[in-house]
Amino acid sequence: MSANNDEPKKMAASSQKSTENPPTPDKLPVPAAPKPAAGAPPPKKEPEAPPFEKGLVEEIKKKFGESIKVIFVKPLRIKIQVEPRDIVEVATFLRDSMGFDHAESAGGTDYPKENQIEVIYHLGSYTREDLGAHILSLTARTSRDDARLPTLINVYKSVEYHERETFEMLGVYFEGHPRNERFLLPEDWADIPPLRKDFRIKGR
Amino acid sequence: MTSLEDKFEESKKLGLQIVRESEEDRLMTLSVGPQHPGSGHFRFTVKVDGDYIVYCDPDPGYVHRGEEKMCEYRNVIQNIPHLERPVIHDSSNITYSYSLAIEELAGIEVPRRGQYIRALASELNRQVYTLYWLAIYGIFLGHSTMFMWPTGDRELFIDLLEVLTGARVTHAFNIPGGVRNDIPDGFKERCLRQMRYFQKRLKEYEDIFYNMPLFRQRTEGVAVLSKEDAIKLGVAGSVVRASGVPYDIRKAEPYDIYNEIDFKVQYMKTGDCFARSYVPFLDMQESCHIIEQLLDKMPQSGEVRAKLQPNPKGPPGETYRRVESGRGALGYYIVSDGTPKPQHACTALPASRPKARRHAGSVLVAQLLASGG
Repeated sequence: MSANNDEPKKMAASSQKSTENPPTPDKLPVPAAPKPAAGAPPPKKEPEAPPFEKGLVEEIKKKFGESIKVIFVKPLRIKIQVEPRDIVEVATFLRDSMGFDHAESAGGTDYPKENQIEVIYHLGSYTREDLGAHILSLTARTSRDDARLPTLINVYKSVEYHERETFEMLGVYFEGHPRNERFLLPEDWADIPPLRKDFRIKGR
Repeated sequence: MTSLEDKFEESKKLGLQIVRESEEDRLMTLSVGPQHPGSGHFRFTVKVDGDYIVYCDPDPGYVHRGEEKMCEYRNVIQNIPHLERPVIHDSSNITYSYSLAIEELAGIEVPRRGQYIRALASELNRQVYTLYWLAIYGIFLGHSTMFMWPTGDRELFIDLLEVLTGARVTHAFNIPGGVRNDIPDGFKERCLRQMRYFQKRLKEYEDIFYNMPLFRQRTEGVAVLSKEDAIKLGVAGSVVRASGVPYDIRKAEPYDIYNEIDFKVQYMKTGDCFARSYVPFLDMQESCHIIEQLLDKMPQSGEVRAKLQPNPKGPPGETYRRVESGRGALGYYIVSDGTPKPQHACTALPASRPKARRHAGSVLVAQLLASGG
């Protein structure tokens, strides 16, 4: 009986607390790290950008100016977004002048709310030792209704298959790619590209 | 003796309507497969000129399971067992980078003992993977001893992993926050004993296989992938290390406790088939040293995993984390919209980078398999 009596009290106490603090602290009691992030987002939003990565971004910005949109600069990770028409030029610059000599992967994400598809290339470096741990994400966005992007196949040879996969999984047509055609899906596939969000798995 | 050319001229004089065969006419297009050439189900479209293969176009996807789509329907913990499937022999490593990515997104701190144990599981799994590759490579070259021995010795590591994780092949052992369970009693002694035995065996492997003149003849100087080409194509793992690029994620971007481990990045400069098959062997030796060090330096007690919320999630964001798997750099790109289910999860498998579009003669098998599946 006593235990039963205690529990509602505790519940009431915790619910009171949660009404006092709007950012729901009782929801994540255990891990220490996300707490400050959830509690105080404004100071966390601009963490001190690491100087080396910042230098890399400055170098890119110096060359291309305002057409480059820097999404984030984190330790070892940089993400930039470019206009589709600039992507080949930027990629060539990154390869020849910055040392990002190979593409680890390429793929895409569908953002139906913004009616856009983001295609992302993860670039890394084998030749520059100080860039060995870094990944530069080069992205470009295109409209969902007429998804077209220039291919990077002439800059990074290895994205040939990744782009073919992105073509059939997300329906992004890569201009200049010699084979925008069926790759992994069954030959008789007759549906919308399956990685788009409006494709639902049957029964789910 | 009249040459073919003379005969052709002669027949023209006689007024015979003989048309010279062009190269295009000689080529025959064949569909090879779908079959299982030691690397998953595949169909090759090859063009042959007599006995020579002059063009080869792979057609994968027969076992495409749509993992990325499946990820969108499940929360992060539910995703672990099915994400092992793409590389079933290396399941600890493929869930390793996934765990690292989720930890970064959700801000989870892993206890040190947990970090050591999952590094240990991944190293043991790397041995399993490399031995499996070596067995297949051996039998494809017609060396059946090299099929029997690695297959037998692979059992050592599978047994160790069975004791450690409870499963033989797909462990689902590395999870965001650490590992599922602690090391059982007596594991360290057993592991060290088997590692001593295995290092002795590796010497025998070298004697019977790598030092065999026949094997050397078939692989040395064959299908050289130059350093420039390897970089341009972005090949990964032992293939790029065999071409003279000493690149290993464990050194380049040390995750968990790998910066406390003393090991060398093994690489060779020749870039031929022999180098591609010998670098994994050197990696196995190095991996033995790593396992010994991990067992030595591991904290004797402590938590093995962080306590998690039922559905770990973090603020919206994205991350790309890599580990060095048996095949090379293995990355996970995960986009989170703040819900427990990933909005998009993309596996960057090293084997998905193109390396099969090569012109090859009779060395196709030696060449294809040397790159590790």
